[in-house]
Amino acid sequence: MDIIVLVKFVPDLVEDLEIDAQSGLLDRSFLRLIPNELDEHALEEALLLKERHGGTVTVITVDTGDVDESLYTAAAKGVDRLIKITGEGFDQGVTNQALAVIFQSVMGDMAFDLILTGTQAVDDLDGFVGAMLAERMGLPYVGYVTRVEAENGTMVARKEYPGGLNADIEVRQPAVLGIQAAEKPPRYVVTSKVMEAMRSATIDEIEAPETPIGGSLPVSRMSVPETGAHAEMIEGTLEQIAEAVANRLREQGILA
Amino acid sequence: MTGEVCVVAETLRGEVTELTYTMLAAGRQLANGLKTRLSAFLIGHQVERMTASLGAADRVVCVDDPALVEFNPQAYLHVVAEIFGRHTPRVGLFGHTATGTDIACGVAQRLGAPIAVSCRTFTTEGGEPHYSSLICGGKIIAEGPLPGPCCIATVMTGGYKAEQGKVVKAAPVESLPAPEGLDALRTRFKRYIEPPAGDVDITKQAIIVSVGRGIQNKDNLAMAEELAKALGGVVSGSRPVIDQGWLPTTRLVGKSGKQVKPKVYLALGISGAPEHAEGMRDAEMIVAINRDEKAPIYGFAHVGAAVDVLEFVPVLTDKIKHIHCA
Amino acid sequence: MSVMTSHEFLDKVIRATPDGEHIRRCLQCGTCSGVCPYGFAMDHPPRSLIAALRADDWQGVLESDTIWLCVSCFACASVCPVQIPLTRGLLSALKTEMLVGGSIPPELQTALGNSRRYGNPMGESPRKRADWAKDFTIPVPVLANHKDPVDVLWFVGDYGSYHPRVQSVSKAMAKVLHALHVTFGILGPEENSDGDTQAFTGEWGLFELLARKNIKAMTKYSFREIITGDPHAFNALKHEYPRLGFDRPVRHYTQFLFERIDQLRRLFKNPLSMRVTYHDPCYLGRANENNIYEEPRRLIEAIPGVELVEMSHNRALSLCCGGGGGGMWLDGFSWEKAHARTTEWRIKEAIAVGADVLAVACSYETPRFEDAVKSTGNEGKLMVRDIAELLAEALFG
Repeated sequence: MDIIVLVKFVPDLVEDLEIDAQSGLLDRSFLRLIPNELDEHALEEALLLKERHGGTVTVITVDTGDVDESLYTAAAKGVDRLIKITGEGFDQGVTNQALAVIFQSVMGDMAFDLILTGTQAVDDLDGFVGAMLAERMGLPYVGYVTRVEAENGTMVARKEYPGGLNADIEVRQPAVLGIQAAEKPPRYVVTSKVMEAMRSATIDEIEAPETPIGGSLPVSRMSVPETGAHAEMIEGTLEQIAEAVANRLREQGILA
Repeated sequence: MTGEVCVVAETLRGEVTELTYTMLAAGRQLANGLKTRLSAFLIGHQVERMTASLGAADRVVCVDDPALVEFNPQAYLHVVAEIFGRHTPRVGLFGHTATGTDIACGVAQRLGAPIAVSCRTFTTEGGEPHYSSLICGGKIIAEGPLPGPCCIATVMTGGYKAEQGKVVKAAPVESLPAPEGLDALRTRFKRYIEPPAGDVDITKQAIIVSVGRGIQNKDNLAMAEELAKALGGVVSGSRPVIDQGWLPTTRLVGKSGKQVKPKVYLALGISGAPEHAEGMRDAEMIVAINRDEKAPIYGFAHVGAAVDVLEFVPVLTDKIKHIHCA
Repeated sequence: MSVMTSHEFLDKVIRATPDGEHIRRCLQCGTCSGVCPYGFAMDHPPRSLIAALRADDWQGVLESDTIWLCVSCFACASVCPVQIPLTRGLLSALKTEMLVGGSIPPELQTALGNSRRYGNPMGESPRKRADWAKDFTIPVPVLANHKDPVDVLWFVGDYGSYHPRVQSVSKAMAKVLHALHVTFGILGPEENSDGDTQAFTGEWGLFELLARKNIKAMTKYSFREIITGDPHAFNALKHEYPRLGFDRPVRHYTQFLFERIDQLRRLFKNPLSMRVTYHDPCYLGRANENNIYEEPRRLIEAIPGVELVEMSHNRALSLCCGGGGGGMWLDGFSWEKAHARTTEWRIKEAIAVGADVLAVACSYETPRFEDAVKSTGNEGKLMVRDIAELLAEALFG
């Protein structure tokens, strides 16, 4: 089974997010970029499938800056091929619409059974990459997938609905699946193996072809919501705060 | 439907979901602002009885076919894309859910239309529709126009009350034939897997103590359980806690879990990202404990304290126990 | 599963560790397993591990996950009659092989992943590492903004920087250094985890990554010596960083302050009427035979009004707080396996000698022992204070 995993890099929410006064959009100089958490799950699911069925796993990402370490980490986990797509201005950020176009242009000649990518990412605004890519490539798409299995020659994707309900959807490959969670949490790979991968693995660099990106969603401004504007914040010692909370609970009729 | 606002109704197992009403409320606001009509688009099988609840729309357009009895991503995408292709709305609204998002992006792509996801509210400015979305874990609001001739948007809860979309009125119903090709698809609904039974139903609890990433490890769950016990409530958790296996999925509060409306919701070490907020923001009283005073949860909690969860909870539990004993 | 044999693993350990060949002299006396705090809950405490390897049961060893109970306290290594480097060599090497094979408790994975990404196991923003010192009454210079040479580069450590309880200790330390007119600076956002505990979870690669970042930062600045309040950082800077080419004088703060004890005596204003007992941190004492036992005691005794009493397990026999070797991040795991907390044994010892205060000198200890004071129901009966906090209280009130 040959699987392609698409990874995008997103702002790390551990750091404060600032708005650039000039552009009115996210100040990217402040950002730490990390691989989308759900893309890491997609990678884990791909590796699990490889362990069960053999085949290859390829990771493709767009070079928004500092992506190499993550790619080598993927190699250390067992990924067979690493591809980094470079392009002018990518370090300023790439919209999901553009990613769908770019990924498609690079995968045109590749043979694969499945494309796995995270269903969504924290910075999604102009759509979901996997879903848009699938449509562009004329492939079936199922999102919110929490496990993938092969049953009688087809793939079965377990799809997550609210309230703990799941459904099995049969999918005939090739297909694109949006992963919500892998069957197991993404594996740890020991640092020495990553260092080894840095020495032995190669990252193929492909330059993004010039493709017009239509259908973009305009963003006129970004802002930080007024937090704390609603909640009554209690201050003081832990004792005092506990007292105040207990009083509120009493008012709510919870405590005697 | 052409040039109108169209809500693609969300259904699950033959029932219209709450989110659909939120979408209708949003759709009505947009339709009024754009001076156009609001349609509800209903796909499924034997859907007539569902049409009555969609009275907030000016009319309901149905596509009824046995192949559509359960959600099948490719089938539903195919139907909506075909119909929207022939009768292109100005704005197409989908639910920001496992079913809505599966097809919204594909529909937008097929129409060559832009799509905005995670939208909470809409406005019209100068006759043009605008979106407002909450992204980056609820830390950033992104706003902009929804350009014509057609734009798609996925809608989250929180911007409109579902009640606003529940209108008791019989809207005219139109049926459209299912497009060709529903038998030659590559996705097929196989079966449902029911959630495990036997655990507490958190949606029926009056007091919920909920834990998030801030609880740090499974060991600390015990302090939340103790607090819940002292209050006579139960423990629930946000996504990261369930994904780690510290609590079963039956205790998950949020978009992919349960929606709860308890008297009191104590959010411990929970940031308040939209996916979680969706599951609990209608609680009567939300008490949030999160060290980060900029945490999004403080935007809709009633009471908060920016202190360390692991230090505070035992103190609160002690206090509660003392009150009970007094 | 590993492709190694028992033989190959032993060879690897022997080659990689100073005095590694002592493993071959193991008498199977079992003293190591006897003193091990969690030995009772392990499938293979040290003696049994060596026996299993001699019997070529490598697969059996790898199938157990109880090695993660090892808190790298050096108790076994310090009592071994043939001086096998058990902690630094055998046990951490087994952990490495477990990691290579993909066996790792999830909480530990989080701590290690955070260490790699953020330079601290908590997953806090590295930019905020010096925030504890912002707006503090005593100026705490961050060396990147302070180009003048300083007497002391103060390596604060992860917990001293980010953990609310231990930040109080950092502030107390700043006050003491200031009172002594010591010029100092911290690395702040340039500081990464010292990496010592990560090394003892088997992640020597991660240790090296972190150490090199710290070395790169430290070599930019001009200072006479390094001091730290964290024995783990002390241990790493003293014994492991020189291997990577960084060999500067480093001392635990109790050594540094002991040198200035007369000056401190003159500055003490408030007598503290307390019965104090002192917990010897593993990494100050028996780890790598650092053997720093007396200086902390002299400092405590110097405080007017203080009576120092000894617990039964003191100095080299000290009972580990359970924070080393990854234990700090594995409390849930340890509880599930052992249903015992080493910290609670220690609290009971402190109560038994009638102490009012349990004095500590390690960043892991204040929160760990305070938790145990509560979990043993001794709140109000025993306080936990870092020596720096006691000194600050005696100096300023």
